[in-house]
Amino acid sequence: MLPFVLIALLSAVAQLFLPWWVIAPVAFLVCYWRSRTGWRAFGNGFAGVGTVWLIYALFIHLQTNGILTDRMSVLLLKSESGLALVLLTALIGGLVGGMAGLAGQAVRRAANAAGFRM
Amino acid sequence: MNRIKAILAVTLTSVLIVCLNKNWGPIPAFGPLLSPFVGFWQNAEAGMAPGQTLKLAGTQEEVTILYDDLGVPHIFARNDHDAYFAQGYVTARDRLWQMEFQTHAAAGRVSEIVGERAQELDRFNRRLGMVYGAEQALKAMMADPQSKQEVEAYSAGINAFINQLTPAQYPVEYKLLGYAPEPWTPLKCALLLKQMTSTLALGNDDLYMTNILKSYGRAVVDDLFPDYPTREDPIIPVGTKWDFAPLKVPSPPKDSFSAQLPLAFRWQERDPSIGSNNWAVGAEKSATGYPILANDPHLTLSLPSIWYQIQLVSPTMNVYGASLPGAPGVTIGFNKDVAWGVTNVGSDVLDFYQIRFRDSQRREYWHDGRWKPVRRRIETVNIKGGPAVVDTVLYTHHGPVVYQPGEKAFNKNFPVGFAARWVAHEPSNELRCFYLLNRARNYDDYRKALTFYAAPAQNFVFADNSKNIAISPNGKFPLKWKEQGKFLLDGTNPTHDWQGWIPATQNPLVKNPPRFFVSSANQFSTDPTYPYYLHWEFAPYERGARINQRLTAMQQATPDSLRMLQNDNYNLRAANFLPVLLPEVNQQGLDQSQQQALKALTTWRYQNDASGIGATIFTEWLTRFRKAVWDDEFRVDTETPMRYPSYDRTLQLITRQPDARWFDDVSTPNQKENLTGLINATFRATVDSLVKQHGAFGPGWAWARHKGTDIRHLIPGLDAFSAVDVQNGGGSSVVNATTGRTGPSWRMVVALGPSPKAYGVYPGGQSGNPGSPYYMNMIETWRKGELNELLYLTSADSQNTRVRSTLKIEKP
Repeated sequence: MLPFVLIALLSAVAQLFLPWWVIAPVAFLVCYWRSRTGWRAFGNGFAGVGTVWLIYALFIHLQTNGILTDRMSVLLLKSESGLALVLLTALIGGLVGGMAGLAGQAVRRAANAAGFRM
Repeated sequence: MNRIKAILAVTLTSVLIVCLNKNWGPIPAFGPLLSPFVGFWQNAEAGMAPGQTLKLAGTQEEVTILYDDLGVPHIFARNDHDAYFAQGYVTARDRLWQMEFQTHAAAGRVSEIVGERAQELDRFNRRLGMVYGAEQALKAMMADPQSKQEVEAYSAGINAFINQLTPAQYPVEYKLLGYAPEPWTPLKCALLLKQMTSTLALGNDDLYMTNILKSYGRAVVDDLFPDYPTREDPIIPVGTKWDFAPLKVPSPPKDSFSAQLPLAFRWQERDPSIGSNNWAVGAEKSATGYPILANDPHLTLSLPSIWYQIQLVSPTMNVYGASLPGAPGVTIGFNKDVAWGVTNVGSDVLDFYQIRFRDSQRREYWHDGRWKPVRRRIETVNIKGGPAVVDTVLYTHHGPVVYQPGEKAFNKNFPVGFAARWVAHEPSNELRCFYLLNRARNYDDYRKALTFYAAPAQNFVFADNSKNIAISPNGKFPLKWKEQGKFLLDGTNPTHDWQGWIPATQNPLVKNPPRFFVSSANQFSTDPTYPYYLHWEFAPYERGARINQRLTAMQQATPDSLRMLQNDNYNLRAANFLPVLLPEVNQQGLDQSQQQALKALTTWRYQNDASGIGATIFTEWLTRFRKAVWDDEFRVDTETPMRYPSYDRTLQLITRQPDARWFDDVSTPNQKENLTGLINATFRATVDSLVKQHGAFGPGWAWARHKGTDIRHLIPGLDAFSAVDVQNGGGSSVVNATTGRTGPSWRMVVALGPSPKAYGVYPGGQSGNPGSPYYMNMIETWRKGELNELLYLTSADSQNTRVRSTLKIEKP
């Protein structure tokens, strides 16, 4: 639970100031610090970033009556449904977060195996 | 094993991020685009920005900007500098991407944004000398202290907006295409004005006419392509006296010139759908006792909208109207005392000169009996994702050589080894004209303003609250011999050069004519008594004649009567053609759809209404018929491209010379076609093709559906940001000139009086942001042919209920 919360909080704050891909180093570092298995690391990274992107995108979508979401959805997905684009957004953010989390955990394991300790 | 997994995971993650962070051709960078923190999400707007106070370096005093319920800014400044600064700022706030994209296009820089698919387009604009023309205009602007201040303050305002943007705040198009805005410069204002000239005064058929002359001879040209139509209702009423002593008109050279090359090259023809209407009725005809003025410029409809409404108030002006994003001031509008509007003048201001180079080095060309040096201008087209392309453009004293021998050209083909003499290359300061019109108080101010205007030439209609009305086809017109430039010209012969200019004071003009109205719809400026040659062909006469017909009958005119005339759908061309064509249709052997279509046409009252079917059948039929008559002899897509004779000449041929040889199809040597045969064959083919297209005769054939008016985003193919299939009436030869892609880009009606009452609408919205409720909120009003009342405020303290938000700009 803690890695998920940390990734969500830290990535949300970091993205206010830094480029979008800062989600990757955040998920990487948190999972490097603390993650038991690769699956969990991926899950924490995915859920941590994905949740933030989902909530923020959904908030904007609802607040603006989907005026731009619907148009962008036609453009990118050939679909009139803005909600589909909200989900795609969460998925892309989640995927980057998840992969970065997995990478963090994997590097940690490799480091541990080589005898490093944190 | 662990190490391999780690390396693999890190690599995969990195590759994923790099892939998502990059544009792949037309595919956007999904990472930054979809991020809710910086991506398109940040462009979604719930409504109008709430009131705020900004501290901006660049203003001299406090500026108050009131936004009304349609998002129109009303700028109250304490000096002119601040008014233009604020105009730049608010225009950029709503339209930054559009302003920059249009000037990039004019400058031949689209490849920087979209890559090599725009390379030929860019090269064309470079060869045409668009930047060269803009540089000439900029010199003229900067030489005038008021224009200099105006354009510099406007640019500073745009830059004040750009400078405070974070990437998350960039307009969404930048995010889609993956680039960033650059600083604005006064040159870009000049480029925008050149772009307008390119839109309105670049069409040309000198090549086609030359091919026709070579293939068919002088007699056929004079017969089929006469210098004045049989039906015409010129802008300056017939009988108006010319109260000036004209300059001596150059006489045509005696030695005839025949272009050498086989001219297998193409140039865009004038688009007859791009034109405009304007008129003013005098106090004698109006219910208000003051003049009322109307204007609707027809252009290729696009989003973000071509026009941007604005009110500018400073100690020297209080003007409201439509501005062009990228140019300071108001282009079409009104103030307390006057109103003005513009339509295009189709005068011949682009000619091609055949250039004889000394050798393949092309460093010298022959003119006036000696070799003259060619000036070379290096143009570098930067291409996104590829190496830059360097092009050398050759300049003669005529102008740039558009394409050189042996080159493949943009789109189809262009005149090879021909220099373009184009009015857009002349130094001119159009801003000065609008600066003066924005502040005009009377007729004399209007006359003075017009002398500064060069291109694209416009019919400036005018009305003031001293009850004057006037119209003048106005611009910089070359002084030509009759028919100079109807065909390609000889670049070696100095008598073929442009021989100076018609004095601005001798441009056609009519003030307070006895018919109590003035009007224009791109038709001939004058009848043949005008002492100067402007062109041999103008836009077809139908719109102008219909407007004059209705204005002649109009009494007690109100703004609403003029609004209704703007929406007039009467198809005069159909009223002329159908009574001639229909009696020739043989009813024997028509199938059911053909019979129904014939009946529909017979009972049609020539109204191009949205739901009507007559307009659909007639438009398709006439197109097909005209092609059947002319395409065998005057085809455009051949080795020697040509053009068809006009509708006017075609109609005259049918009625006066029904046995003319042109009705025979020369591509069927063993057969002799005749007029009646063509009428019947094309009628049947038209109906059959409509059945194929829309199903059996019925509501599916409705004109609005068939015409399919689209208002498209400036990026081709971006349907998601476009309004597609807008259902309305209109047509290219009717007053309501709405076609598939073109139409009234701004409709305005101004009733002058003690205080002006004005109405207007354009098909779009004030915001250029597809994520704003103000992006296309006015399209429905426009579609229905209605107008919004334009809010003309006199004070920044206005308590008007339509004011929704206040923006204050203060010095830091």
